[in-house]
Amino acid sequence: MKSLIKQLVETPGPSGFEYEIRDVIREAIGEAADEIRVDALGSLIAKKGKKTEQGLRVMISAHIDEIGLMVTHIDDNGFLRFTNIGGVSPMTCYGGRVLFMNGTRGVIGMDSIEKGKTLKLTDLFIDVGATSKDNCPVKVGDVCGFDRPFLDLGKRMVAKSMDDRVAAAVAIEVLKRLESTPHEVHFVFSTQEEVGLSGATTAAYGVDPDLGFAIDVTRSGDTPRFSPKMATALGDGPAIKVRDSSFIADPRLVDWMIKTAEEADIPYQLEVLEAGGTDGRAIQLTRGGVPAGCVSIACRYIHSPSEMVDSDDVENAVKLLVKLLSEPIVLK
Amino acid sequence: MTENPKITASKVPEIGKSQFELLEKLCNATAVSGDEHEVRQIVLEEVKPVADEVEVDALGNVLATRFGHGENRVRVMLAAHMDEIGFMIVKKHDDNLFQFERIGGIDERQLPGKAVLVGREHLSGVIGAKPIHMTTPDERKKKIAVDSLRIDMGPEIGDKVKPGDRATFATRFKVVGPSIRAKALDDRLGVAMLIELLKHAPGNIDLLAAFTVQEEVGLRGARVAAYRFNPDMAIAVDSTPAYDLPHWDDEDQNVQYNTRLDEGPAIYVMDRATIADRRLVTLLTDSAQEEDIPFQFRQPGGGGTDAGVIHKTRAGIPSISVSVPSRYAHTAIGLARIDDWANTLRLLHAALIRVTPDLLAGERRG
Repeated sequence: MKSLIKQLVETPGPSGFEYEIRDVIREAIGEAADEIRVDALGSLIAKKGKKTEQGLRVMISAHIDEIGLMVTHIDDNGFLRFTNIGGVSPMTCYGGRVLFMNGTRGVIGMDSIEKGKTLKLTDLFIDVGATSKDNCPVKVGDVCGFDRPFLDLGKRMVAKSMDDRVAAAVAIEVLKRLESTPHEVHFVFSTQEEVGLSGATTAAYGVDPDLGFAIDVTRSGDTPRFSPKMATALGDGPAIKVRDSSFIADPRLVDWMIKTAEEADIPYQLEVLEAGGTDGRAIQLTRGGVPAGCVSIACRYIHSPSEMVDSDDVENAVKLLVKLLSEPIVLK
Repeated sequence: MTENPKITASKVPEIGKSQFELLEKLCNATAVSGDEHEVRQIVLEEVKPVADEVEVDALGNVLATRFGHGENRVRVMLAAHMDEIGFMIVKKHDDNLFQFERIGGIDERQLPGKAVLVGREHLSGVIGAKPIHMTTPDERKKKIAVDSLRIDMGPEIGDKVKPGDRATFATRFKVVGPSIRAKALDDRLGVAMLIELLKHAPGNIDLLAAFTVQEEVGLRGARVAAYRFNPDMAIAVDSTPAYDLPHWDDEDQNVQYNTRLDEGPAIYVMDRATIADRRLVTLLTDSAQEEDIPFQFRQPGGGGTDAGVIHKTRAGIPSISVSVPSRYAHTAIGLARIDDWANTLRLLHAALIRVTPDLLAGERRG
């Protein structure tokens, strides 16, 4: 799976501009799905299985967009001012490198700011090596993602956009390993999650599922000092989300996931995230309401160019999801 | 039925005397979010003679449809909001002094000393302020909280004003040289343009015009309007701030201007509520270039328009926004250029006549 993850994380795809990553995913799915379509907001929806008598229409959502930057102004000397697409911290920007959708690369520089003043995005600029406005290869409204190669540390893997390409990799792998299912499963590779769950919102309306869940990353509470108040840790297994600030997972789904993991002897951990949200919220609030949950991969340094996950968590997430989808679902 | 399957380009709408008169009527009307009655009446009067179907929905949106002819017509929704920012009377105090609340985004520093019109009868009032004679230097450094401000209606209004009544700034519409000065240019400019486009609707599309309510309090009208219309694509037509003023002393350039006057319609690429569909960005920029219409990109960043809820409706609707730049938005008086208004109208028409099913046939490419 590492080579798939590497390919996915190194493909640019800031929110709203997921066309390259969508093509990579389509290629990776290959013949594994029964049917593939793309909806109006660009989400790729791969269907597998037929709904049997004991089956449900299940939606699984992994978002394929990533945080990024958009140019707001080009000055006379060719420096670019920018705004954020999704949650970008100025802290992780300075000295970083960016890749525009048209292939242009650049670095992020900083105005001199007063001592003690908090760094803001407006204090930063992108330098693409242009010497004037006229020879600047990008224009206002152009989009870039952070540029950082995949780093394999053995058990741990590091990349920009591990959020949420690692989940896309998990979904693709599940799609491939799922041999038989009583369900009609819609694997949604959703767009624009980072700017308000837009892709999953419209995809869920289109799929009209009986049940659904997101696969996403979550924070991990296992780093030195001042780590987030989180019970999750890298390597402790896929995290079954109980709640985050965007939704409360359907308790029946939580119980079903726990029971399935325990029966199959797959390690898992429980997740309570105090800030953050996933496509699970969008699924839950679709039409007349849908029982929804989320399976998370614990991740360090989220929304930085170096997001770290654990290989075993990824593998166990695949195992858990295959198990979850292989049998009839009884919610109690 | 005799239908011409070929695209019949309608006459290009222009800004003339009657358009100014209509805009004046629209701007001077009161339609604070949730009570858009007055503007709705004007809109209905204008669109009923030209639209094939007109409906007022449960929230008060005016939904006017003009069908094209020929096959494979794309259903294009245009949205412009009828409501404006303003005030609501909350409580009466002695001497017909009224406590009020703001509706929509208004900077409280804009309030003291402004004339207002209250209720459907446009009763004249003023937001009072302590005169400089009576204030201390310390007081003058602070902004005055809305809760300590009152609308002074004077004794002559009797019991006519009640809690829940809306009020607006009393600014009257005026054309000054190349500019229009008025309240509520946001979004009566859009409303006026939608009316013109209905009157000059191109035959290649079904034009679905939504005159929406409650945009300023959270895009509420557009949400249900888009659900009802269920269009193939949508354009929100609005007005956006121009902050194209000379730079500050410590900055070598003003890099956060949002838009600039005189540079034409502002095409949106991204705001906080929407990432515009690039197919529609290209439609607009190509149309502008082919027709030699000036345009600018609104600086990507904050803010939002009706497109923010339209694009998330049902299974998703490719959407974009186009705005007329206006200085001093959400204050008592806005200032826009006639040419920017005219060019925005021309651009919208130019784009609409170029809409074909091919536009949306492929996958979204950004």
